[in-house]
Amino acid sequence: MATTAVAAPERENYLNKQYGISSWLLTTDHKRIALLYLVTITLFFFIGGFFALLIRLELLTPEGDLVLADTYNRLFTMHGQVMVFFFLIPAVPAVLGNFLIPIMIGAKDLAFPRINLLSWYLLVIGGVLMVYTILAGGVDTGWTFYTPLSTHFLDSHVITAALAIFVAGFSSILTGLNFIVTIHKMRAPGMTWSRLPLFVWANYATAIIQVLGTPVLAITLMLVALERIFNLGIFNPQLGGDPLLFQHLFWFYSHPAVYIMILPGMGVVSEVVACFSRKRVFGYRAMALAVIAIAVLGFLVWAHHMFVAGMSLYAGLAFSLLSYFVAIPSAVKVFNWTATMYKGSISYTTPMLYAFGFIGLFTMGGLTGLFLACLGIDVHVTDTYFVIAHFHYIMVGGMVMAYLGGMHFWWPKISGRMYPESWGKLAALIIFIGFNLTFFPQFVLGYLGMPRRYWQYSPEFQVLNVLSTAGATILAVGYLLPMAYFLWSMRYGKPAPANPWAAAGLEWTVSSPPTTFNFDETPVVTTEAYNYDELPEVPVER
Amino acid sequence: MMGMWIFLITEIMFFGGMFFGYMIYRYFYYNAWAAGSQHMDFWWGTINTVVLLCSSLSMAMAVRSAQLGQRKSIAVLSLITILFGLAFLGIKAIEYHGHWIAHEFPGSRFQWEGPYSNEVQLFFSFYWAMTGFHALHMVIGVGLVSYIAWHGWKGRYGPHYYNPVENVGLYWHFVDIVWIYLYPLLYLISHQRVLG
Amino acid sequence: MSEHIASKKFYISIWAGLICLTAATAVAANIELHQFNIVLALIIATCKMLLVALFFMGLKYVSDKMTLVVVVAGLFWLFILLALGMTDYISRSWV
Repeated sequence: MATTAVAAPERENYLNKQYGISSWLLTTDHKRIALLYLVTITLFFFIGGFFALLIRLELLTPEGDLVLADTYNRLFTMHGQVMVFFFLIPAVPAVLGNFLIPIMIGAKDLAFPRINLLSWYLLVIGGVLMVYTILAGGVDTGWTFYTPLSTHFLDSHVITAALAIFVAGFSSILTGLNFIVTIHKMRAPGMTWSRLPLFVWANYATAIIQVLGTPVLAITLMLVALERIFNLGIFNPQLGGDPLLFQHLFWFYSHPAVYIMILPGMGVVSEVVACFSRKRVFGYRAMALAVIAIAVLGFLVWAHHMFVAGMSLYAGLAFSLLSYFVAIPSAVKVFNWTATMYKGSISYTTPMLYAFGFIGLFTMGGLTGLFLACLGIDVHVTDTYFVIAHFHYIMVGGMVMAYLGGMHFWWPKISGRMYPESWGKLAALIIFIGFNLTFFPQFVLGYLGMPRRYWQYSPEFQVLNVLSTAGATILAVGYLLPMAYFLWSMRYGKPAPANPWAAAGLEWTVSSPPTTFNFDETPVVTTEAYNYDELPEVPVER
Repeated sequence: MMGMWIFLITEIMFFGGMFFGYMIYRYFYYNAWAAGSQHMDFWWGTINTVVLLCSSLSMAMAVRSAQLGQRKSIAVLSLITILFGLAFLGIKAIEYHGHWIAHEFPGSRFQWEGPYSNEVQLFFSFYWAMTGFHALHMVIGVGLVSYIAWHGWKGRYGPHYYNPVENVGLYWHFVDIVWIYLYPLLYLISHQRVLG
Repeated sequence: MSEHIASKKFYISIWAGLICLTAATAVAANIELHQFNIVLALIIATCKMLLVALFFMGLKYVSDKMTLVVVVAGLFWLFILLALGMTDYISRSWV
């Protein structure tokens, strides 16, 4: 591994075109905004991760001995809120989507570049409010803010947390709006809908969810704040209100929100699997329809979070059935990725390793979701560690792995440098092992009856908890490695060619890193999306 | 333009959350809803509805003037729209004041003679929240139309470029549509007698 | 940008229709129609909404059909929230 700085080519690109802080803070270049987002969400990932480590430390022993119960409530709440709203929701769309979508469709930028910058500022403002909330003592309602606990019975900083998420929600809405208009209006000549990379389709479906779902969260948070300030009673049974009304409104957004988190990751996996199987994605049309189907069906299942909350059994039956339907397009995608790999020429590069991890772990997470959709099983395992394991398999085993896979795949394009491949593989392996060690025991714990959000537990659960904490430590190491070597590569990494992976897609036809306006001339597209049978087979660089 | 329509459907979902809550509680507490509605000022509400419809007319005409490049008309019609908007907000302020001194504001201040006191308080929670957010959107709208009036006067808009005028028009009409639904739902529930 | 430019008279006639409908709904509210009161009120409100949306907002004349898809989708999504959410409340009392 070379340790002397390698001189990068002096050709002008979006990174070196202008220097100085205001050229970054006032930029309208979608690529620079993507990097601004990258810094922001990475920071929040580590803040959220810090809370996770404290949680796992407390859970090493059955007694509550590290922190007070009330503090523990704040730990898991802040972990959830920071991770969901300031890392998972923005991550792939705002970093990879912002960077790649214009280039993938042959455009110079997004439809509304200044609104794009505004979106980032909104996330930052929301983030500052969230950091203030944390420093002021945090919230202890659980990330779900259930009423009337959050509206009438706590004196923690519910309103500032709600405001932080409200502001961040508008960041999400504007990004979604920007993507929809961009994909409709700014495709290059010849880039028809059926030639779009599946990554673009995935972000388009995500944008639909962002635009239609997030406003409901916005009004719900506003109502919680008003209820707290004025003691309204909308969600308070003592005044005739219904706590379940809050849950309906909250989950109407928050269930589709999980599809906001996972769909872009699925888009990444499609790109990576096609490239490292050197084959077009199997069933392109089904894959595109599947992401739209997931986006639409995802809005019809929200009350499966409320089966034991006191809602009508008959409505529960309806939502249970609908929840089974939403699994179908996800399964189609898993089968099609597998079929893509069949008889393909597989290269085991770091992005591909993350894609493998995604496919396996997302499948496990998704299948356990079906367990939860079954009313009878849900009564047993809801509000236990089973649920926690389920969603972490999808969010961390799925989404974070897809995000890391995408970061590795497109790092040469973004930075103009290659990351060190052996370290990449090592980190992927460590993350995979750490992840499974952390979360698989939690399925067992949940099934055996360990409740979630409790700061102490029955002693017979200790062994599994210790395994889980050990896994979390390994996982933490795994996450630090890419941080370190990506930074290292920016100075010492090998300069990247335009297309180090011999991949298909317009983004690989421009230089690494791209120029500010991406293309010297507007490209004209004449081929299908994954024309690997026409591309030269080039040995992948190690 | 497509961007503005997408933004408007986010607003549909934003107000929609409150409409959902309103609908649930009206279903369960009809008598309280009717009783609360009786305490709305029918005439102010109806006049305000007419005021907003007039403002939509002037706004539509302002957009038309922009399409035709009639600089002065854009400014004049925008100003008329603003005046109607301010009239609406003024009447709203009168109504709010009336409700406030009648202790019809939810929370510790609330007092109600008659049955279903808690549920009537819920009605007023929705009244204040729904009309409050609507009024907030009106204030923003007045600001946007002022921007159009100013730049229209300066001659920025014409057949070659009237997108901002059209977009502000869309926003203004949307806020009017929200009121078109709020009016019967809040003011006209049961204006002759309370059942049961 | 839409290309269709309506006449002043046309806009005024739409406005007149809106005022008439407002009068109708105000009058109807004073007539006892039991369950039908709310139905009628919402029908009238929807007619007013359509007049504003189609003619003042120009939906009838848009050249880009995607705009219609966007609007229908937005209304449909609101419908999902209201209808699917109501299934819980209506069926709570079922045995």
